[in-house]
Amino acid sequence: MAAESKTKYDRQLRIWGEQGQAALEKASICLLNCGPTGSEALKNLVLGGIGSITVVDGSKVEAYDLGNNFMLDEESLGQAKAKCVCSFLQELNDAVKAKFVEESPDTLIETNPSFFAQFTLVIATQLLENSLLKLDKICRHANVILVVARSYGLTGLVRISLKEHNVIESKPDHFLDDLRLHKPWPELKQFAKTIDLSVTDSVVHKHTPYIVILIRLAEKWADAHDGCLPSTRQEKKEFKDLIKAHMLNLDEENYKEAIEASFKVSTPRGISSHLCQIINDAAVQVDSTSPDFWVLVAALKEFIENEGGGEPPLEGSIPDMTSLTEYYVSLQKIYQAKAESDFLVMEQRVRNILKRIGRDPDAITKAYIKNFCRNARKITVCRYRNIEDEFSIPILPELQKYLTDEDYNFAVGFYILLRAVDRFAANYNRFPGIFDGEVDEDISRLKTIAVGLLSDLGFHGPALSEDLINEMCRFGGAELHAVAAFIGGVASQEVIKLVTKQFVPLTGTFIFNGIDQKSQALAL
Amino acid sequence: MANPLAQQGRWRDLDKLLARPGNIVGHGFEHSPTLREEIGEFVRVLVVGAGGLGCELLKDLALSGFKNIDVIDMDTIEVSNLNRQFLFRLQDVGKSKAEVAAKRVMERVSGVNIVPHFCRIEDKDLEFYNDFNIIVLGLDSIEARSYINSVACSFLEYDCDDKPIPETVKPMVDGGTEGFKGHARVILPGTTPCFECNIWLFPPQVKFPLCTLAETPRTAAHCIEYAHLIKWDEVHNGKAFDADDPEHMLWVYSEALKRAELFGIAGVTYSLTQGVVKNIIPAIASTNAIISAACALEALKIVSGCSKTLSNYLTYNGLEGTHIKVTDFVRDMDCLVCGPGTLIELDTSVTLSQFIELLGEHPNLHLLKPSVTYRGNNLYMQSPPILEEMTRSNLHLLLFDLMGKVPKDTIHVSGTTEKNGKKTSCLRKLRVVFKRVVGGSTDMDIAGSS
Repeated sequence: MAAESKTKYDRQLRIWGEQGQAALEKASICLLNCGPTGSEALKNLVLGGIGSITVVDGSKVEAYDLGNNFMLDEESLGQAKAKCVCSFLQELNDAVKAKFVEESPDTLIETNPSFFAQFTLVIATQLLENSLLKLDKICRHANVILVVARSYGLTGLVRISLKEHNVIESKPDHFLDDLRLHKPWPELKQFAKTIDLSVTDSVVHKHTPYIVILIRLAEKWADAHDGCLPSTRQEKKEFKDLIKAHMLNLDEENYKEAIEASFKVSTPRGISSHLCQIINDAAVQVDSTSPDFWVLVAALKEFIENEGGGEPPLEGSIPDMTSLTEYYVSLQKIYQAKAESDFLVMEQRVRNILKRIGRDPDAITKAYIKNFCRNARKITVCRYRNIEDEFSIPILPELQKYLTDEDYNFAVGFYILLRAVDRFAANYNRFPGIFDGEVDEDISRLKTIAVGLLSDLGFHGPALSEDLINEMCRFGGAELHAVAAFIGGVASQEVIKLVTKQFVPLTGTFIFNGIDQKSQALAL
Repeated sequence: MANPLAQQGRWRDLDKLLARPGNIVGHGFEHSPTLREEIGEFVRVLVVGAGGLGCELLKDLALSGFKNIDVIDMDTIEVSNLNRQFLFRLQDVGKSKAEVAAKRVMERVSGVNIVPHFCRIEDKDLEFYNDFNIIVLGLDSIEARSYINSVACSFLEYDCDDKPIPETVKPMVDGGTEGFKGHARVILPGTTPCFECNIWLFPPQVKFPLCTLAETPRTAAHCIEYAHLIKWDEVHNGKAFDADDPEHMLWVYSEALKRAELFGIAGVTYSLTQGVVKNIIPAIASTNAIISAACALEALKIVSGCSKTLSNYLTYNGLEGTHIKVTDFVRDMDCLVCGPGTLIELDTSVTLSQFIELLGEHPNLHLLKPSVTYRGNNLYMQSPPILEEMTRSNLHLLLFDLMGKVPKDTIHVSGTTEKNGKKTSCLRKLRVVFKRVVGGSTDMDIAGSS
């Protein structure tokens, strides 16, 4: 990467690294409709150095565009909106290839579905139900990721649609380290034995790493308890007392750390339910068409059931802890060596599986396998229903739960009403509340539609809040800049996660609640 | 200047929200076709910070009906800002952020007036801040937030029932981001917690113990901090380290590498060196856009009442899915900053200089080198030199006389205080009560007396 780009992107490279950046620079994004929601989403991606953008919009710039879209100014009036937005975006970053197509997205979806196959990802903004359902089918068929974004008055939504998204580097915020203190391997045990816990040199004593303290004392405990590790609350307390008894004085940080980490000697062995679900997924039955990710999961499953003895490959990194440099570096090497040997076993299994399914045994790189091993406990699979299924057969128990949960009240109301306004638009060829003189009539019309929609879904519970229906009509289809900037921001954040394949993207539908800001993701 | 054709219907979307009645709205919402114009004409908003959040905020506010905007920022534009601070271009590097940001937004949004202030927030006096109806903060430092918070809270007065007097409430909206995470909050001094009430939300940064750096380094960061905090001073006698000087940074990097090699530690890179030494917080466009938009929307709701407001603290986390959580925090009733003010009882014989001395010794204040203001008048100013000279003669006068012989009143003092071993600017509101003066009993209310 060039030095200038490195400086320019420094603050984001610290999040997704050069690999993440390279993925962004390879991606091509198509935006449908360049109102403020779409323009703001693209702006955030262009600043971050996305590869290319194609802005699709068939409209001309009108006065009201200047009230909510920063990419347009008075000189743009009457010109093609796609062209104006595109040229402003280009100004933000000349490394990005920016193109525009002056055509209505609805027409394009109708007449030229193959157009979308050229992109990595399509961001569809302000699209009505009819076009959206068609676009979803087109994108699924062409294996193009779809991100739906909508701003409507004080509400809006973001929804991702693709068959499946797999993440190796999910980079969770807090994740328990993998020290194997409940199950130390011979080399680690051996190293712990070489260190004398009752050393008289006080400097060495207070710089003995807690990994060593815990392994030695767990062994001592097990010897006195028929080979068992502390498991009950009382035993865990007694184990802490045992650690305390080895302190020379109360300010030894390493012993404090040992007490704090003492639960790690008795953490339940084996894998989390989250990982268990993944390795038992039907996709583990791999064949020649399986994605590399699932080949790795198949190998992981074998590893856990064989060499791993119920554990995944070791990650190999250890957190910082009070220690002499020499002890710490030795421990690092011991963990790294074990991780390396686990990796070699995994690699062999991957090669064998590839051979078995008729693929080139070297088709998957060492680096990919290594990265997978390092993140084996954190891999994540996101699956998305197609939008039509969600619309026609929602997950009723969830819907029921949301409708009766106070925290979800506004959010689920908005979810229903955002669909109801599209039905309204299909019936009346406009949004409810557009005209000042017809707001009251539109309220009862929208209510009828919303009730009908709920009953179509098979739901006959309490009606939606009248106040919310009223608000929806008050909005009159307005696209407010602040709301659009929020929705566009969330959409661009999700695009980054999807393209870099880092972090975990949104599942379900994110509903923005601009009234009290209690926005929610609904799994329907 | 503005094209009349462009004005026709330009605010169609925003006016739907402001001109129409609603069922779920804030207190005192008076919907009207002219509400947007009234906000534009009469509301003055201050944006503190013209960085990642500030650029977004200026755009969002300008497109939300605000027309009188000021922006204050002491920083100049750097190349590493360009991945998110969308109002700046490569050729702007080195220029004032506030000035360039103001100019760019005014170029694109006709009718909006943005006044830039290229200076430190401490350089402005209280009156400057008092002129705004609402303050929106887009900052990345706890100290700066704390300072602005104390300024906004200093205007707050309570009535005899300990209720905040509405005209003295200076609302604030505060945003902050770090990587994929962020927060937005609404502070209505006297009603919702101020920044200081739940300062525990911002724990101070943990520093490495010096003995670890000197004797038992284990990580790359330890080696870097050794070179930065210990080795630099050993080698460069007296020369201050400057994190913005690339030669200094390269020196620290090469020393850190040497040390890492000596101890067999991996992972020292130039990028990490910069990150550790400058305590760089990762920042991206999308998170800033999300948080700023939430803040701008709250600002609009506060000034117009067009919907309910956030009550009162929102956290955003985009690491796993998109999570928004709203928490209704409660005030610290004993808060030194947004409470009614620290009570100080004085004899009428106390001179201004004795009073100033007392502020340094006061157990709750520990205020060093304080300047003193009473009802907008400078009684004593430590700086600039010209003001110091002008106010010096007040030092030997009686405070009671300087305050017009009132039995009790509020007084503002600003100076520095030490927090976590770090000197910070701070401003405090004091309730001064003179002993044995008629009407000057030591009851708790003072606001009604002036």
